[in-house]
Amino acid sequence: MISLENLTYHIKGKHLLESVSLAFEKGKMHIILGPNGAGKSTLIRLISGELKPSAGTIRYNDMPLHGISVKEQALFRAVLSQNLEVSFPLRVHEVVLMGRYPHFVGSPRAIDHEICEKSIHLFDLDELKNRNYLTLSGGEKQRVQFARVFAQIWEPIDGKPRVLLLDEPLTFLDLYYQYHLMKTIKTFMASNPDLTVIGVVHDIIIAAKFADQVVLMHQSKTFAQGPTHAVLNPENIHTVFKIMVEDQFIVK
Amino acid sequence: MKPINNRITGLALLALLLCTALLSAKLGAVPISLQEIKNAFMHLINGNEIIELNERIFLQIRLPRVLMGIFVGAALAVGGVLTQALFRNPIVEPGLIGTSSGAAFGAALYFVLGATFGSNWGEWTLPIAACIGGTVATVMVLFLAQSKNDHRRGVASLLLSGIAINALFLSGVGFLSYIARDPQARSITFWNLGTLSGSYWEALYIVLSVTSICIWFSLRLAKQLNALMLGEQEAQLLGINIPQLKLMVLCLNVIMVAVSTAFVGVIGFVGLIVPHFLRMIQGADNRFLLWGGALLGAWVLTASDLLARLLLAPAELPIGIVTSLIGVPVFIILLKRTNYLF
Repeated sequence: MISLENLTYHIKGKHLLESVSLAFEKGKMHIILGPNGAGKSTLIRLISGELKPSAGTIRYNDMPLHGISVKEQALFRAVLSQNLEVSFPLRVHEVVLMGRYPHFVGSPRAIDHEICEKSIHLFDLDELKNRNYLTLSGGEKQRVQFARVFAQIWEPIDGKPRVLLLDEPLTFLDLYYQYHLMKTIKTFMASNPDLTVIGVVHDIIIAAKFADQVVLMHQSKTFAQGPTHAVLNPENIHTVFKIMVEDQFIVK
Repeated sequence: MKPINNRITGLALLALLLCTALLSAKLGAVPISLQEIKNAFMHLINGNEIIELNERIFLQIRLPRVLMGIFVGAALAVGGVLTQALFRNPIVEPGLIGTSSGAAFGAALYFVLGATFGSNWGEWTLPIAACIGGTVATVMVLFLAQSKNDHRRGVASLLLSGIAINALFLSGVGFLSYIARDPQARSITFWNLGTLSGSYWEALYIVLSVTSICIWFSLRLAKQLNALMLGEQEAQLLGINIPQLKLMVLCLNVIMVAVSTAFVGVIGFVGLIVPHFLRMIQGADNRFLLWGGALLGAWVLTASDLLARLLLAPAELPIGIVTSLIGVPVFIILLKRTNYLF
């Protein structure tokens, strides 16, 4: 379980996140929703350790995040960020293999290659395996990054519960792959019950269909948190997004 | 397209290097036959007095020169791979970020004023002076390139700062050459264009040991440098200690390039084109680029030195002119390409 306690983040006098306390239950898919500038990305970057909180604490299974070394974090937690830029020609399988870097010293072991193969297959990349990453389309690149982060947390290490953080992972994907990828993640979670997924997504319909729990952010604070159907009601959506929706719009 | 196996490419490079090195040992102002090379080695092993002039030329002049070319080439190319990986940009090299000119200045300062300071660590004084110069210049470039507004170091500002600092240190070298009495320091062409003609065994031992140790350490960083291609943040999320890695890479780069520069002068473009070319045929995996770059860099410098001796024989061209003649067009072609394809 990941718990946040009075998490606050200020930069240059701007309050990007104010006193957020949340608990992310193990084994569930949590989706963070909210309008632009509500603090979604800030929240996920604080949980990943990319940003240091101005106040408050983040705990992974009762261990404060700053007490876990960067190296150890990489063993049980993977992060897919926005705007990955690569300026060198790498082959797809080399990018995926990077997900295994925290797990081996020197040369990759047989198990590392095996996991990469499985992850490549899971994201439908077998035919692109030897392609130059720079020549791929935006959506293909995104799938390669998915395969990389899944290779990183493919297996539990020392029984530690695994965590996957996704910051707007569906941006470059077409409708088919948006649904396909979410489904793939859900299937993977079903056979890996220790894996907690926390993701920022823009699409309410995707959230309604796939999330177990939803966090609704509004003006740098949490507006509502709880089971998807309870949070995504027309009043909440109207307050936060300023649009009217009918009841059946988001009903599962 | 099926990628070519890294080992096959490596073996091909090694074979090419050995053939060129042998050719380079034979050809020159005085041609030396294979028989004479063999005799020279036999005499060396048996500890006999060497009588023949050609054998002596081979052992005392030609052989250290060829070996010097191999190790300096390897050092420059690996320095290029390291800097490009560190700055996540394929158009930087040690010569562009001040390392080489700073090292040349440090070495020239030692030649001209070393006696005045009275500091002496024997054979190692010159390389240490070069390392200090290289470090100062590199740190100055990095410092100037850091913009106040954000922490990202733009490559444009890096290259522009490099131009300024290079100009400063090379004019410093020019000034020292102007006031120098030592004949080697007085030759400004030596510093600006480089030459392997002054190679001797003691210098070779220093370059050989420093280069080998630094390349060995670099190879251990290959995985971390690969992760850096995704960005510093991503690399950190893969469990890599970024500040430590950056410091290691900069130190290795400065030491390797400065020590080479101290003995052969500033030789440009090797660190730029070697990693570029290898990336085009094999991709950007640093686990291959580092050792493959060492082999290809060694070959490029050996071949350039051979050309430098042959083009105007019996006179000699400074090797920097040859590497620039090959390097500049390649660099321009590479600049025009938007993407690598393989």
